[in-house]
Amino acid sequence: MDRVKGIELTGAEIVVRCLQEEGVEYVFGYPGGAVLFIYDELFKQDKVKHVLVRHEQGAAHAADGYSRASQKVGVCLVTSGPGVTNAVTGIATAYMDSIPMVIISGQVPTYAIGLDAFQEVDAVGVTRPCVKHNILVKDVKDLAVALKRAFYLARTGRPGPVLVDIPKDVTMHSCEFHYPETVAMRSYNPVKKGHAGQIKKAVQLLLEAKRPMIYTGGGVILSDAAPQLGELVRQLGFPCTSTLMGLGGFPASDRQFLGMLGMHGTYEANMAMQNCDVLLAIGARFDDRVIGNPAHFAQNPRKIIHIDIDPSSISKRVKVDVPIVGHVPDVLEEILKIIKSAAQRPDPASLGAWWGQIEQWKARNCLRYDRNSKIIKPQFVIEKLFEVTGGDAIVTSDVGQHQMWAAQFYKFDKPRRWINSGGLGTMGFGLPAAMGALLANPGATVACVTGESSIQMCLQELSTCKQYRLPIKIVNLNNKYMGMVRQWQQFFHGNRYSESYMDALPDFVKLAEGYGHRGVLIDKPADVEPALRDAFRRKDELVFMDFITDQTENVYPMVPGGKGISEMILAEDL
Amino acid sequence: MSQRHIISILVENEAGALSRIAGLFSARAYNIESLTVAPTEDPSMSRMTIVTSGSEDVIEQITKQLNKLVEIVKVVDLSEAEHIERELMLIKVRAGAKEREDMKRMADIFRGRVIDVSDNTYTIELTGNGTKLDAFIQALDQGAILETVRTGASGIGRGNRILRV
Repeated sequence: MDRVKGIELTGAEIVVRCLQEEGVEYVFGYPGGAVLFIYDELFKQDKVKHVLVRHEQGAAHAADGYSRASQKVGVCLVTSGPGVTNAVTGIATAYMDSIPMVIISGQVPTYAIGLDAFQEVDAVGVTRPCVKHNILVKDVKDLAVALKRAFYLARTGRPGPVLVDIPKDVTMHSCEFHYPETVAMRSYNPVKKGHAGQIKKAVQLLLEAKRPMIYTGGGVILSDAAPQLGELVRQLGFPCTSTLMGLGGFPASDRQFLGMLGMHGTYEANMAMQNCDVLLAIGARFDDRVIGNPAHFAQNPRKIIHIDIDPSSISKRVKVDVPIVGHVPDVLEEILKIIKSAAQRPDPASLGAWWGQIEQWKARNCLRYDRNSKIIKPQFVIEKLFEVTGGDAIVTSDVGQHQMWAAQFYKFDKPRRWINSGGLGTMGFGLPAAMGALLANPGATVACVTGESSIQMCLQELSTCKQYRLPIKIVNLNNKYMGMVRQWQQFFHGNRYSESYMDALPDFVKLAEGYGHRGVLIDKPADVEPALRDAFRRKDELVFMDFITDQTENVYPMVPGGKGISEMILAEDL
Repeated sequence: MSQRHIISILVENEAGALSRIAGLFSARAYNIESLTVAPTEDPSMSRMTIVTSGSEDVIEQITKQLNKLVEIVKVVDLSEAEHIERELMLIKVRAGAKEREDMKRMADIFRGRVIDVSDNTYTIELTGNGTKLDAFIQALDQGAILETVRTGASGIGRGNRILRV
């Protein structure tokens, strides 16, 4: 093989060169002893930009938000010991939602590993259960290959975070540098194309369906399959629903969209799931927050087709009739090809009757709330947010009631506009994720919908926003409660609001001002829209909007834990 | 219904691979009855045998989750077809003047071999499937057993059934 002789580089130089080779635009990180040589190399170049966060959890969430908003691999860089343990929440968040991320962590020098050195932690051990893969690099000669693999593993197959742990002495040693062009691993060969026979079977079921339903998840967003999904749903004329992670995969404003399903899904989506005769699941995993009790779900007979890149997601909680392992867009294209060439079409009479039934469910108007309230209703704020931003904002959220209201009331028509922690449910995710999303889309409108409890979990990142001039609009739905905890306590714990009330909240306006931003307090419904309009007009300012909302409001519909998907509590029931 | 399965794995012989696999079993609350591992004829690859139990659904998840681990090259549930299973036991028993004869005879019956002797002990080596080893232990006077070391099962497919890259 004709190989150009590589140049001799130090480990630290190799790290930075690899990032450049991968086209990495931003690294979110925080320096420390074990990564000083890497930071020194970052200092000497300007291709890879570094964003200095205020806490490593923020670095991981920001890299994650960057990835979700851009489909690129997010990168974060942390030091050994507390640097990496602080990042663990962010890594687990990315893992649960299958977000491609590379985490580079410093480690104590190889000769000190295992001796309880200062700032030593077994990073590979600590992160093992929450990464797709991790690698401890003990020799500088293995560094370039490890990083190449990390990026490859993160983005291919079912994506996920990959951690590369680099001891300090490895960053000092040098060797000849070659960045491998390809990766070959005999142990890792993700399937791309779906099985042709299974695809044919699936199409046959779809065309014969009388009460069909299409259920889509985060896999559609991650694999950029929105165009193929849109075409398929329209071709077939079937109803479509999305999980929390799948919102935006199919336009929410389309009449074929039934809204989100699941624990806080719409009445019509959940009823259609329970009562359909053929279910097409695409890049979704039937998790507990989506179909509730699997035994209850199985009471109604139906044929299930399940497309997913990860075989272990198939038949995990719900038995599937036609499993198709493959890359979602490729499989959908195959399905579309066969449908287009088939003479048969779904029976219009049955489909019409099914839509008639769905319309009846829709008529329950399950998302209604009191529009004449004198206290600000949180749902109203989200509706106005949707209007004011023309439905075109990137919206991040934290976790709890505000997250569900954002998912229910902001109609996401495009993928990668809705960024939230669905799997792990990480409070504190919203603000740093918004930073990453905005850096991935300069000039975009980015709103962080949060609550007074969640926002305090990564509040320090307001300082990062100031440093990098990130004009995020923070929509704080402040009801002085951990709202979702309070709701469960109201429903299931006899109104005993144990530790869910925040007694000494900061003055968020002054707090925002203290960080050099603009803060606004809104406590009247009439002021909601003007405040939002004013905030979004301020293109260069971060505005923290503290909306004082109804403390008693609950998220409806609600499927109580352990119940079936169609056993919903509706607002009208109470 | 929970059933015993014997799963064979080819895995890259890399640091951390074993803990990744053991970690998967504990994280997802799967049973491990025994686990054996050693390099194959190709030193870059190890062969692992895991004996586990679970319902069919659980076993399906176990094999799928194992396959997902990046370092794992191949996974086969040996119990799906004809296979051979062997386990090695080293057992130290009391063998003073009056037990010596009996103990030797018992080892012979089970086709065990006495591989070490002291004034009052025998160390016996015994190979077979798990039930045979269990039977040997049962057959001994429990008070005579001083120490038991078992490797856990290793398994291989019968006939032309081969697990390799």
